[in-house]
Amino acid sequence: MTSFEVDPKLYSPLADSQLNVELDTGDMILNIGPQHPATHGTLRLVVRLDGERVIKADPVIGYMHRGYEKLTEYRTYPQITTLVNRIDWLSSFANEVPFIGAAEKLMNIEATPRALYIRTILTEMARISTFLLFLGEMGLQVGAITPAFFGFRDREYTLNLIESATGGRFHPNYNRIGGLKEDLPWGWVAECRNTMKKMLDSCDEFEDLVMGNPIFQARTRGIGIIPAELGASYGVSGSNLRASGVDWDLRRDGEPLLPYNEIEWKTFTHQDGDSFARYWVRLQETRESARMILQLLEQLPAGPIMAKVPRIIKVPEGEIYVNAENPLGEMGYYIISKGATGPFRVKIRTASFSNVSILPWLLQGIYVPDVITVLASLYFILGDIDR
Amino acid sequence: MGLMTNGTLRKGALKPIGDLLNYSRKYSLWMFQWGLACCAIEMGVALAGPRYDVMRLGVIPFPASPRQADLIVISGTVTDKMAPVILRLYEQMPDPKYVISMGSCANCGGPYWDSYSVTKGIDQIIPVDVYVPGCPPRPEAFIQGIVMLQERIQNEDPANRWQGKGWEPIVVGG
Repeated sequence: MTSFEVDPKLYSPLADSQLNVELDTGDMILNIGPQHPATHGTLRLVVRLDGERVIKADPVIGYMHRGYEKLTEYRTYPQITTLVNRIDWLSSFANEVPFIGAAEKLMNIEATPRALYIRTILTEMARISTFLLFLGEMGLQVGAITPAFFGFRDREYTLNLIESATGGRFHPNYNRIGGLKEDLPWGWVAECRNTMKKMLDSCDEFEDLVMGNPIFQARTRGIGIIPAELGASYGVSGSNLRASGVDWDLRRDGEPLLPYNEIEWKTFTHQDGDSFARYWVRLQETRESARMILQLLEQLPAGPIMAKVPRIIKVPEGEIYVNAENPLGEMGYYIISKGATGPFRVKIRTASFSNVSILPWLLQGIYVPDVITVLASLYFILGDIDR
Repeated sequence: MGLMTNGTLRKGALKPIGDLLNYSRKYSLWMFQWGLACCAIEMGVALAGPRYDVMRLGVIPFPASPRQADLIVISGTVTDKMAPVILRLYEQMPDPKYVISMGSCANCGGPYWDSYSVTKGIDQIIPVDVYVPGCPPRPEAFIQGIVMLQERIQNEDPANRWQGKGWEPIVVGG
């Protein structure tokens, strides 16, 4: 843009008569990011504007590319769990589970029932902590700062539980091939039960505080609508797709990796497909996850947490693709093993990459403030996009 | 500016004025948050979380641009694609400016020490005042880093900084 330069002719004695000079009304290119508080990381959006309206939006990714798929070629399987924790850093535990599941399937090892149950509990807990941040952040992006404090407050309770069980607030690195690192600490189950009841209350609180708010509804209803078929063809998955009315959940429909079929739960869909629907679905799923954890704690079996595995882990030759429902959507690992201590090649399918690939289509024709709302409601993690 | 740069403010009759100046600078650190990766969430918890709330220490984390900031916190993995952007925004900050490098990735590359696309340490690009180790560091560690930086600001002679002295980095817990 060079139109900021003042035309020297305006300084002439006749300047007053030239006040009604024609201004350039061409398109304006606005750069959102790579450092922008509303993009949840380092996404860069090059937006072409006509006035307040978006004509074209191009996401530029790669600012957080850390070369995961290459790094996995130099690591052994137990070392890779440390890495995959950091792909989607908000729900680290949920990243480990499909990878470990894939390795276990290749090695023909089955984790013990207690380990599987604890994995399920912690995966759902990761989901709760991820979604609580979303529920708060989304309020922040439409101009309400209180939900952010609520979200951060309630998230701390969940993180404390994860930390006391695994030793890490963020990156647990708790899964092992064949089971878990160690058993739950004494008193954890009772503490977890109390916290989950607190989470149910906090979901009600969010429902009161945010969803009934007329300003929030005005900012989110009917904005950023993803049609079900288009979303599915772009590869959108998880809550974003369920908010468009597609009843597809890998926890129920995928391969049984974790014992989800032993408890009673349901998926939530919304017919609208707009930002509000995505918020609604995630809120219901947070509540459902808390209910699932309460059930799982009731049924938690006793027994060992580690199956018999060889001292040096060598995965036999073979190929496998295992996917699971991450909090953000479908996450999958395609592992090619050549019988060594580390994989030959790992292809990582992450949810956010497909979720943001719909952005150029979705952002066309909406207003600039709504860009931020739509970005927040899609809920992606930059590490999950770029790997 | 002469008083700031020639060292008069740290000796003789003007020392109380210098102390007062440092005291004011220490408790009104405008912080430009550069959230990059996992550490950004922990930084957000430390800044906005009701449990930690770093604003009680006088750190104001909401400048809209680096031109209004005294302190920049690099939290997370810096990739080679991102590094020039960081340098550019760092250069826009007015002096005296301070840098906190938060997390192993910003310190030295962290778990991506052998990656082809990660910058191994932000100190290759900009001078770092405080290193906060951890992957990611706990919010307490980050707050400790802020407190240590405030101690440095209280005791420092602004002139030394202008002359390029007193840049030895602080390591939290080290």
